[in-house]
Amino acid sequence: MSKELENKGQTNVQAETTPSNSVTPSPLVAALRREKPDWAGEVIEAFGEVTVIVPRENILEICSYLKTAPSFEFNFLADLCAADRGPEEEPRFEVNYHLFSITKHHRLRLKVLLNDDDPHVQTVTGVWRTANWHERETFDLMGIIFDGHPDLRRILLPDDWEGHALRKDFPLRGYEPYSLT
Amino acid sequence: MSATLPPQFEVIDRPLDTQMTISMGPQHPSTHGVLRLELILDGEMVVKSTPDIGYLHTGMEKLFEYKKYQQGIVITDRMDYLNPLGNNLAYVMAAEKLLGLEIPERAQTIRVLMCELQRIASHLVWLGTHALDIGAMTVFFYAFREREKILNLIEAASGGRLTPSYFRIGGLMMDLPSGFERRVQQFLNDFPEALEEFHTLLSGNRIFQKRTQGIGYISAEDAIDWGLAGPCLRGSGVNIDIRRTNPYTGYEKYDFEVCVEQDGDVWARYMVRMREMKESHKIVVQALSRLQPGPVKADAPKVVLPDREAMKTHMDALIHHFLIVAEGFDVPEGEVYHPIEASKGELGVYMKSNGGPKPARVHFRGPSFVNLSALPQMAEGCMVADIVAIIGSLDIVLGEIDR
Repeated sequence: MSKELENKGQTNVQAETTPSNSVTPSPLVAALRREKPDWAGEVIEAFGEVTVIVPRENILEICSYLKTAPSFEFNFLADLCAADRGPEEEPRFEVNYHLFSITKHHRLRLKVLLNDDDPHVQTVTGVWRTANWHERETFDLMGIIFDGHPDLRRILLPDDWEGHALRKDFPLRGYEPYSLT
Repeated sequence: MSATLPPQFEVIDRPLDTQMTISMGPQHPSTHGVLRLELILDGEMVVKSTPDIGYLHTGMEKLFEYKKYQQGIVITDRMDYLNPLGNNLAYVMAAEKLLGLEIPERAQTIRVLMCELQRIASHLVWLGTHALDIGAMTVFFYAFREREKILNLIEAASGGRLTPSYFRIGGLMMDLPSGFERRVQQFLNDFPEALEEFHTLLSGNRIFQKRTQGIGYISAEDAIDWGLAGPCLRGSGVNIDIRRTNPYTGYEKYDFEVCVEQDGDVWARYMVRMREMKESHKIVVQALSRLQPGPVKADAPKVVLPDREAMKTHMDALIHHFLIVAEGFDVPEGEVYHPIEASKGELGVYMKSNGGPKPARVHFRGPSFVNLSALPQMAEGCMVADIVAIIGSLDIVLGEIDR
């Protein structure tokens, strides 16, 4: 696509998405910078959404903090999903936590980056119980291992399935026809 | 005899141990598709229930990565097949957010109108099957009679009854056909009476009340913790509706009430949905009165297909048409998460683009998937027959759970 349409897109996004959020992203970013200054470098604002890149070791602590801290109150885990950047990329995987606050109506995305040879991250089922199935699905399809998860089994694919289907190096039609019998 | 049975069925040799494990589904008619529940029962009481899903898994999220953006729309129809227009909307709005498109007023109004009609249709299927599961057969026929009228309207607009793919990136497939407003008006005139009919059939029915009140209780704190959304969350007394808290496609201009019930049981979720149909009716009336002539496609010739007539007469329209169909359009790099209030709750689309005509990752946060995960909590200590009532009240669609 041509550059001018792309540029036009960027400006429209800013104009369109700002009023649609009841709490505009800026106060959220300001609160993040004020209360956790060491995260400030990792905050990205794009398309009217705020993303914080979180070190893998701190994810549990940060989630517990954001759930209870009075200026955030992210008591609702809307979604948890992972994306594969491709087998040659490093870090290869990103795990996204989409948080929502029932009381304050604002949203935040936390992102953890993981390497191919060590796709481990701590579970957040202790913070939000809804993470249970999301993490199982992410494990099943992307092969991210959530340490401390109470029941980390495959959820969508059969138990004897080999490989993780949503990884970029997994072929669309699989390696061989799968038979249930 | 017991030697040939799997170990979990061996209860005959141990008369004092009354617990047994049975498998409910995946062909059970009350599980709304291919859901399997592993139940540990003590007599008729449920000690533990474990949902087992994946029987309808078709790898849709993988498929998105191999399809162009506009081709992905038809896949979304097949997820929550009772609310396809809601899925279309979530998907196209995520792509539009990445592209930064501005949607014309008329297209937005038609989107609201169609989505609310679809919400009524989805709730009608829930009502019919939920009542049928509990034993009231009549409601099913009445609800499907009304739903048929909505499906005819959707067919008139898009050409498809269950798989409309009516919303496109940048607007609509085409404008509404002539006489559509009159047909919607006809439906709107008839619907309040039909809704009253459902109330007389169920709401005052003593058997229905006994089967639903106090069953499948979940508190507000638990509901939030389990990530319940939509009518299930509002049935626990949490006042949250994305149409109100984070309005999209112009919902902030409509006057409607967010229906909340405090009880947190099957009955409360029933009442929320019954009241929501009335509110949806209200929104459709308003949307109909707001319909003004105008374009239904955004002014972005490199993304939106040109009109048929323009394509036949203008060289540049023909070139754009060819390029969009043959090569697709590039979407700027970035990632978005776009939530909408579908008929079953928060439907979120996570879309990641690395540039190019195909998405790098598309993930659907299906409300049914999350709502079902809370079933073990609600079903603990209830009777087997109540499980059927609880599943009905969650309003799950397996196409969306398994994807």
